Amino acid sequence: MSAGQPPLDSPEIRRLSPVLGPGYTFGSVTDKISAIVLTRPTSLGWFIGFSIAFSLMGLMTIAIGWLIIKGTGIWGINIPVGWGFAIVNFVWWIGIGHAGTLISAILFLLNQKWRTSINRFAEAMTLFAVACAGIFPLIHTGRPWMAFYMFPYPSTMGLWPQFRSPLIWDVFAVSTYGTVSLLFWYVGLIPDLATLRDRSIKKPMKIIYGMLSMGWRGSARHWHRYQSAYLLLAGLATPLVLSVHTVVSFDFAVAIVPGWHTTIFPPYFVAGAIYSGFAMVLTIAIPLRKAYNLEDFITMRHLDNMAKVMLATGLIVAYGYFIEFFMALYSGNKFDVFLVQQRLHGPYAPFYYALILCNILTPQLLWFYKMRHNVAVLFIMSIVVNIGMWLERFVIVVISLTRDFVPSAWGRYSPTFWDWATFIGTMGMFVTLIFLFVRVLPAISIAEMRELVAETAEEEK
Amino acid sequence: MLHRSHIYGVMGEFSSPEELIHAVEKVREAGYRRVNAYSPFPVEGLSEALGLKRNMVPLICLIGGLTGGLGGFFFQYWVAVIAYPLNIAGRPLNSWPAFIPVTFELTILGAALSAVLGMLALNKLPQPHHPVFNVPRFTHASSDRFFVCIEAKDPKFHIAESARLLQELHAHHITEVSDD
Repeated sequence: MSAGQPPLDSPEIRRLSPVLGPGYTFGSVTDKISAIVLTRPTSLGWFIGFSIAFSLMGLMTIAIGWLIIKGTGIWGINIPVGWGFAIVNFVWWIGIGHAGTLISAILFLLNQKWRTSINRFAEAMTLFAVACAGIFPLIHTGRPWMAFYMFPYPSTMGLWPQFRSPLIWDVFAVSTYGTVSLLFWYVGLIPDLATLRDRSIKKPMKIIYGMLSMGWRGSARHWHRYQSAYLLLAGLATPLVLSVHTVVSFDFAVAIVPGWHTTIFPPYFVAGAIYSGFAMVLTIAIPLRKAYNLEDFITMRHLDNMAKVMLATGLIVAYGYFIEFFMALYSGNKFDVFLVQQRLHGPYAPFYYALILCNILTPQLLWFYKMRHNVAVLFIMSIVVNIGMWLERFVIVVISLTRDFVPSAWGRYSPTFWDWATFIGTMGMFVTLIFLFVRVLPAISIAEMRELVAETAEEEK
Repeated sequence: MLHRSHIYGVMGEFSSPEELIHAVEKVREAGYRRVNAYSPFPVEGLSEALGLKRNMVPLICLIGGLTGGLGGFFFQYWVAVIAYPLNIAGRPLNSWPAFIPVTFELTILGAALSAVLGMLALNKLPQPHHPVFNVPRFTHASSDRFFVCIEAKDPKFHIAESARLLQELHAHHITEVSDD
């Protein structure tokens, strides 16, 4: 190394870390991304991964089938813990989805160029996570075939939903979120579906992609309205994503149970959601870029930025934990103080300490440049944070419900085999959907990458 | 000139967004108005070069959002006050703060659905076939080439003249687009 060269992590070098590898043209980004879907042979690794995920999804089907035959008694839920795994997993999955919308909407409005190569699969992740989340409240009703009762429809009984209930708000928030995420994702996909239509050789593929692309032809008049619609969707999805986890937190905060009834819940739930969501984006992005040689598109700059967002939201979450403790002690409310003691010394204390370790202590490593640029560390960290965020919901749900106001109402909770089977099964479903998505749709937005190529060329002039 | 119904227009191909904008400006300077451009991604400045006016999508979105929000609120009001009133310790039936979350979600839902459906309707999509697809090289419009089409409906349109204009602008592969 020559004496004049700055060290690798100096500010000069860092600034040069690009969002797109050098030497790409409109044609070559199109070729590279569409080849994953159209021409590259499906690898053995894909089949192995898909088979494992699909088997786990089969486990979920069995678990749900058994649930429908036997009822929710096969789960560990009891009185007082009526919520258990179903709600823990629901909140966890919904939270994971949030990063997708944040990347596609908020970073779009903030004109962050680095979102371009990660927004498509992050949005797909959102949709699949919402699908997994939706399963839990549905089957938790015990009679999922009656779930339409939650929607307002003119029934012969003259009944209407109770619109003052946070659980009904949740129905509207989650279904709106699912719908808008799907619209956003599909609108973004239309030009890319047209690319796949024009580049596929086999007739059936041409017809399928042709129908999905709705005859998109890249007309300037169409782009003109398309851009308006896309910008509006981004503007609408931004408050929506913040509202969804706020409403989810109302499920807890509107109740008077100790540890739930706090005003810090909405912001800290939203931050937690983004935290776990970015962790999940990293968990998916790292193997994806490796498997399909996408290191030029999902660069170290992306991983670095995502790690920074994780660090920032992780600190907000840490602040939330601190304020929960502070408010309990400062208010002097004996039930709240007791709950704090239960978190630190109660039967579920190990979960609480594990949560602090996963969510607060470990991510502090992300302050270091070297750690943020070590792909293996980031991958492990993303999984640690996901475990931590799951533990957070477990702690919130289980400790508060097992230790409320009257000692005679105290209890214990432990999940059964079927609880785990359903939870792990939804992970299988999530991964199955991701595998299928990567195989049949462009995992990176081709049209936006071409735009990025044009912008990069502009800057270099 | 003679109206030729089996011709949709003349199309020329360009290889960069700058050339495309330049060509569109020149074609419009030459007096053509029924001109359209096709590009694999939204090109900055192209709408201005084509003289496109502000579009209707934002207005449709606003109307959709207002409909969703107002409809959502008053539906909840109707349910809670008129259709199914529940007296809970004498609290007011119109407990409007509790109706805000659903009102908000329905505002977003109405606005988002109308923005997307409005955009598709104004663009007349889905449209499985269009004359420009008859041009064999048009498959590149979705990857790396930029096209300008002077449409036969333009009063100034003349097949040879219009093609010559595109040639002067250094378009590649100038083709006539048949209309069937």
